[in-house]
Amino acid sequence: MYEITVISGKGGTGKTVLTAAFAHLASKHIICDLDVDASDLHILLERKRDFKKDFFSGNEAIIDQSKCIQCGSCTELCKFEAIYKTEKGPSVDPIRCEGCGVCVKHCPQNAISFPKKHCGEWYQSQTNFAPMIHAQLFPGEENSGLLVSLLRKEAKKLAVERGANLLICDGSPGMGCPVISSLAGTNLAVIITEPTLSGMHDLKRILDLCKHFSIPAKVIINKYDLNKDQATLIEKYCVENKTEVVSKIPYSKTVIEAVIMKKTIIEYDDGIVSDIIKEAWSKIKKEITNA
Amino acid sequence: MKVIIASGKGGTGKTTVCASLISVWDSPVIAADMDVEAPNLHLYLNPKIEEARKATIEIPIIDKEKCMRCGACVEVCQFNALTLTDDGVLSFPEMCHGCGGCFLACPFGAIISGERELGNVLWGKVNKNTDFIMGELRIGEAMSPPLIREIKKHLENNFKNLKDIIMDAPPGTSCPPINAAIDADVIVLVAEPTPFGLHDLGLAREAFKSLKKPIGVVINRAGSKAHNFPIYEYCNAKKLPVWSEIPFSKEIALACSKGQVLALFSDKYRALFIDLMNKIKNYV
Repeated sequence: MYEITVISGKGGTGKTVLTAAFAHLASKHIICDLDVDASDLHILLERKRDFKKDFFSGNEAIIDQSKCIQCGSCTELCKFEAIYKTEKGPSVDPIRCEGCGVCVKHCPQNAISFPKKHCGEWYQSQTNFAPMIHAQLFPGEENSGLLVSLLRKEAKKLAVERGANLLICDGSPGMGCPVISSLAGTNLAVIITEPTLSGMHDLKRILDLCKHFSIPAKVIINKYDLNKDQATLIEKYCVENKTEVVSKIPYSKTVIEAVIMKKTIIEYDDGIVSDIIKEAWSKIKKEITNA
Repeated sequence: MKVIIASGKGGTGKTTVCASLISVWDSPVIAADMDVEAPNLHLYLNPKIEEARKATIEIPIIDKEKCMRCGACVEVCQFNALTLTDDGVLSFPEMCHGCGGCFLACPFGAIISGERELGNVLWGKVNKNTDFIMGELRIGEAMSPPLIREIKKHLENNFKNLKDIIMDAPPGTSCPPINAAIDADVIVLVAEPTPFGLHDLGLAREAFKSLKKPIGVVINRAGSKAHNFPIYEYCNAKKLPVWSEIPFSKEIALACSKGQVLALFSDKYRALFIDLMNKIKNYV
């Protein structure tokens, strides 16, 4: 099984558009959207939903104020300042609560319950190209890393069932919990960047992250002609850091038109952008074949 | 007053809006970059960083001499950071949330206080009227909320409520942006008129409305071919006021790519952000 994960550090550089194009071009693969927080890949690809499953993870402390004697031990022990006073007694702020259970364990009245949390849903869907696994973490929820791990596990299971040997994953922006969870065990990180100061700054950080976890990385510069000087600086940085820039994609209005039509860029237009992405894919495919 | 600039989708222009709003703000203000995973606000504002401090959380170190392998610590840990093996208790410090539950659970005092580095909090000044603070998550560190809380602690301890704070949020709708927005008075959601933008604006509204604070929308890259996209209908239906529209233009994209602050770029954009500031101030 070979896993490719598309990431960026900075958001909005074009991860989802690129992942959708790769999903179109690849064969014998499973598509997986690991951006469980603001997942968008299904907007372009999903044609039919096979099933939906609930995602439960972690627990949430709830104080039964009728049992509470207001001793203050929960407030004192909570490291997350999640317990606040109300007229009826202390209450837990679900946004601040990390589900550690310290207050539950140490309440002398056993007044705090600790139910499992329903944090989101995950789905298996059909696309025009390959089966897709994706999810939606409920707004404001935590444990995105665990949901990402679950999706990768389910996608691999499905790949075995369907005789697929490639996983194409859309990652999330940033470099924290869900990104680290997405990268764990991936064979190749494809980093999409843009020729801006922010793009460059975040590219350096995400390359360092890949190095930290010993994940090979390749770079694609999207909209490179918006600022060619900055694109050149990015290329220079990649050369110095022995990272291949596999492709430079020009800015084109057809990309946004394709998104509005809910199609992959390859489906929508056979112009220059599609040609360049096809070429990038053939380079990445060579990498997979050699592995 | 605390204002947070947030979005569901990444790359919609949070930092662009934040930098411009700060540069036109007409009272003393603190620029706070809460996107500790990919902080970019400093690239636009060029603050003079005066001090940096390492931020840590407390994690357990097992004293092998004292540990009786009873497993009490393993049992209370909700984050799988401790496990009982034939060699005794093994810890996975990167999984620890720093709740302190294991310290309380150990009957033998066998857990020593250790620390894990989260990253750095850096602060300084942009100019006489504008303070600056940011966090930088350590490469390989998974948890950004505790570092975001460190920034907030620093703001509370050093500024009380004497100055307005304008915060640049991390993208998304899960715990990092919500942790950043938790004490904000006004939430500004930056969205773009595309199917992705609309979908993620819906998620962001769901996530941020639980904070029960006024929410306004800034539509970025407005007026392109995507202009007719039903983001305006959505805002209307959900009673989300559209406070500002930043036009779609290559000129703006180029300026932003060089780290230029839009409000300082021309009088037209300056007026646009002064108008946004007035709308925000009217809400508080």
